Amino acid sequence: MDIVVCIKRVPATDTAIKIAADGKSIDPTGVTFELNAYDEFALEQALRIKEQLNAGSVTVVTIGPKECKKQLDDALARGADKAVLLSTTEWVYDGASTAAALAAWIKTVPCNLVLCGRQAVDSDNNQLPANLAGRLGFACVTEVSKLALDNGVFTAERDIEGAREVVTCKTPAVVSCHKGLNEPRYANLKGIMAAKKKPFVEQPVQLGSKAMEIVALTLPPARAAGKIVGTGVDAVPALIAALREIKVL
Amino acid sequence: MSNIVVVAEVRGGALKRPSLEAVTAALQLAGQSGAKVAVIACGAGLDAACAELGKSGAHKVVAIDGPAFANYSGDAYAKAVVEQCKALAASAVLMAHTAMGKDLLPRVSALLDTGIVTDVVAVGFEGGAFTAKKPVFAGKATLAVRAAKAPFVATLRPNNFAAAAGGAGAETQKVAAPGGNLLSVVKEIVASGGGKTPLQEAKVVVAGGRGLKEAQHFKMIEDLAAAFGPGVAAVGASRAIVDAGWRPHSEQVGQTGKVVSPPLYFAIGISGAIQHIAGMRTARTIVAINQDADAPIFKIADFGIVGDAFEVVPALTTAIAAIVAGK
Repeated sequence: MDIVVCIKRVPATDTAIKIAADGKSIDPTGVTFELNAYDEFALEQALRIKEQLNAGSVTVVTIGPKECKKQLDDALARGADKAVLLSTTEWVYDGASTAAALAAWIKTVPCNLVLCGRQAVDSDNNQLPANLAGRLGFACVTEVSKLALDNGVFTAERDIEGAREVVTCKTPAVVSCHKGLNEPRYANLKGIMAAKKKPFVEQPVQLGSKAMEIVALTLPPARAAGKIVGTGVDAVPALIAALREIKVL
Repeated sequence: MSNIVVVAEVRGGALKRPSLEAVTAALQLAGQSGAKVAVIACGAGLDAACAELGKSGAHKVVAIDGPAFANYSGDAYAKAVVEQCKALAASAVLMAHTAMGKDLLPRVSALLDTGIVTDVVAVGFEGGAFTAKKPVFAGKATLAVRAAKAPFVATLRPNNFAAAAGGAGAETQKVAAPGGNLLSVVKEIVASGGGKTPLQEAKVVVAGGRGLKEAQHFKMIEDLAAAFGPGVAAVGASRAIVDAGWRPHSEQVGQTGKVVSPPLYFAIGISGAIQHIAGMRTARTIVAINQDADAPIFKIADFGIVGDAFEVVPALTTAIAAIVAGK
């Protein structure tokens, strides 16, 4: 099975966000970037499927700036066979243009499985995997936390509101990965050395016109400072009274 | 005339409440853009759901009904929805940002060759273009966008718009669900936790954290949630106690868990790390109970009690049970 893993370089989750002077993007000064947390599960699952089948390939791809090489090199060190950087300096936030560019590239390579994280923690879109599947005509199952492969058919489990869904999914497929799917491995020294000899392709990508244009990026209004209604169990009546006054009780 | 189309979510014949919230947003956009509101529902046995949708204020309901659609299939539903969107001259397509909405609508947008904006908290129509606001960076910032392609496709964060009600009977059109080759299909739905209220749909979320000290003490969180009566409250958990294995990941609230916006949120024994606050800062009213008066959670809570959860929570549970019993 030839697997493509889509990854994204994003600001670390403990980053305090500042808005850039253009009012439409973040100020990258002092921001640490890392591999999107959910993409770790996608990469790990790809490596496990290749190990299970003892055949096929794992190609890791991203759209982003040249600095993404660090995250791609890390993926190679963990075991991916090939890395592809579709380079752009734009903030990759727009679902349609991103999915279109990725789909166009995927159509040029052997691929019967695309694995993604459930969402990137910068744009928080949670739409690329199903969007990509629609453009490729692939089957799709999203937010998967358990996945088994038998004879080219996946059985996936995912949480829905108040229940768990068991989904069967044919190949070719796009699967988006959620926390709980697996425990990602880290690169060891041998992997890091081996990565240096693996193919790394960089080519520019045109994202084209955006289906959604940015009007503004703003910080949300701070919540008004609250009120400590009291200390200990004696404060319960005051809390009840306060909640009744604003009619939430 | 063009239509603002809502894709309703029906599971096991029951209409899911966030669908009616999407109708509210659609009615707003219809008023602003001079369109009508049409609802598309997919499933098998949709009569009850259609009757409910007919009274939502929507002008038309299209039911794609039949045994082939008894179980959700992203590819089959998307294809059928797109066909109806074209027939309805959809200027916008809205659905709730639920497990189904997140799976279905991006594919619909791809087949319509248009854009999509997800997890939206506000929609508008200004200067001839649809607009939307959505939280990004886990709610640390808000992105405002304007659609440059048509139709406008968006998923809406649950609990953020009021549920639509009070319309006259809408015209209902039945379409036979097409059979055929399903690429992916739901085989089974396993209820988790015996029919508990889904976290993201609950009117009240009671969440516990490391301040509970031991897994067994989480019962007081469940007891407080139960005091609100059946179907009202859900329990949530901080990342710390999910990582510790006390609670399942499905209950985690925060940046790598669920984002919730209930009318009332209780944070009990939760200090208020950036990643937890990202998951609940849009709750209408936040109550914090924590022993540490300097805990960051008190900076965003509307009401706080500094104290021992083991004393405060049972007293609160008794008081709320009494109010609920009196209603």
